[in-house]
Amino acid sequence: MSNQQPKKLRTDLNPSRLLTFKINDQDVSAREDESILAIARQNDITIPTLCHLDGLSERGACRICIVEIKGSVKLLPACVTLPRQDMEVITHSERVICYRKKILELIFTERNHVCSVCVSNGHCELQNLAVELGVSHVRYNYLYPRHGVDASHSRFSVDHNRCVLCLRCVRVCDEIEGAHTWDLMGRGITSRVITDLNQPWGTSETCTGCGKCVQVCPTGALSEKGKSVAEMIKRRQFLPYLQMMRGRHEEPWQK
Amino acid sequence: MAKIGLATTWLDGCSGCHMSLLDIDELLIDLAGKVDLLFSPLVDRKTFPDHADVTLVEGAVSSENDVKNILTIRERSGILVSFGDCAITANVPAMRNRFPVDDVLRRGYLETADSFQSEPTAIPSKNVEASFSGIPHLCRMARPIHEFVPVDIVLPGCPPPPAAILYLVSELLAGRIPDMKNRTRFGA
Repeated sequence: MSNQQPKKLRTDLNPSRLLTFKINDQDVSAREDESILAIARQNDITIPTLCHLDGLSERGACRICIVEIKGSVKLLPACVTLPRQDMEVITHSERVICYRKKILELIFTERNHVCSVCVSNGHCELQNLAVELGVSHVRYNYLYPRHGVDASHSRFSVDHNRCVLCLRCVRVCDEIEGAHTWDLMGRGITSRVITDLNQPWGTSETCTGCGKCVQVCPTGALSEKGKSVAEMIKRRQFLPYLQMMRGRHEEPWQK
Repeated sequence: MAKIGLATTWLDGCSGCHMSLLDIDELLIDLAGKVDLLFSPLVDRKTFPDHADVTLVEGAVSSENDVKNILTIRERSGILVSFGDCAITANVPAMRNRFPVDDVLRRGYLETADSFQSEPTAIPSKNVEASFSGIPHLCRMARPIHEFVPVDIVLPGCPPPPAAILYLVSELLAGRIPDMKNRTRFGA
């Protein structure tokens, strides 16, 4: 989260080191504090993502953006890995594609993603990702866990059956709205997003009702009340704007 | 082009995928000339044939009878197609998986029945499932077909779009295994 990151230094007084490395055999240059994902996007190289959202801090929660790095046995998430001089990154090797599919399939097994009756059907990042990665069925056994729905808030509801634990809601609430109503409890597969001290959303004293969490949620886990199947379309236009304004506020000399 | 022996069937589904198949409309007439429809909810035959070249199976595996049927179907089918989201993910039928079978039956057949509303004490047995006789027992959970038998082609969608179904059958008729990528998706 933002408060754990070191405060940004003034780049005019402390210029970041520039370095060069390779993505898919293409020479690219980067500032040392930019992620591999950011550099790839600047060079029109597409790396699929799920938990990443422009305007929020990186979390590395979903691991969909894993890439291969020559010399490393591990696959590393592009969103939270910084480049090094002469590093060689491969974004679409057979191995990477195979693991991305497996990760996505495991995400599907962990909750109850019943697309056909979901408010976000047709507007869902998880659903789109399945198409993008060519996941037409899931090779692991579904867990069909028992999860609830909290509709105690007057305008929004949370359906844990659809949650992918990307933690965008936690980040937007903390970093943009400044309320930090959302948080995470439990460990591993039993983790769950909670409001305040694991109490019904409607009783939260910190929630401002701004709805940013609903708009950034990639699936139908967070939705506006009154939406039926396929009716929940998320609006995220505010994020880059808020990010820009916030950037100006913190580093007015940069722009 | 040789005729193929086609079978279609449903397990725990809503028949929506079959409706989508019928939605290819007048092209059904062309199709009828190219396939022998050996077994289907749309024809009269009551038992699964000894061999079908292609079988489309709609619905999840939900009861003991479904388990028995899917094993027979696999044995007697050349190409087995998981037809729609219920067959592939168990989809809506799996929404009962979070509750014990007894609770599901009680909710579905007793609590929502008019007679129960008027005199709730009329139900003698506490064990609801025991009071149902002559119907196959529900499995603890509804599960996808490919958790029971190998599946050759998956056709996602709730229901799969008619165009995707037509493409699938046309490719099979041409002797090719269809690539369904970008033609359909979960929940389509």
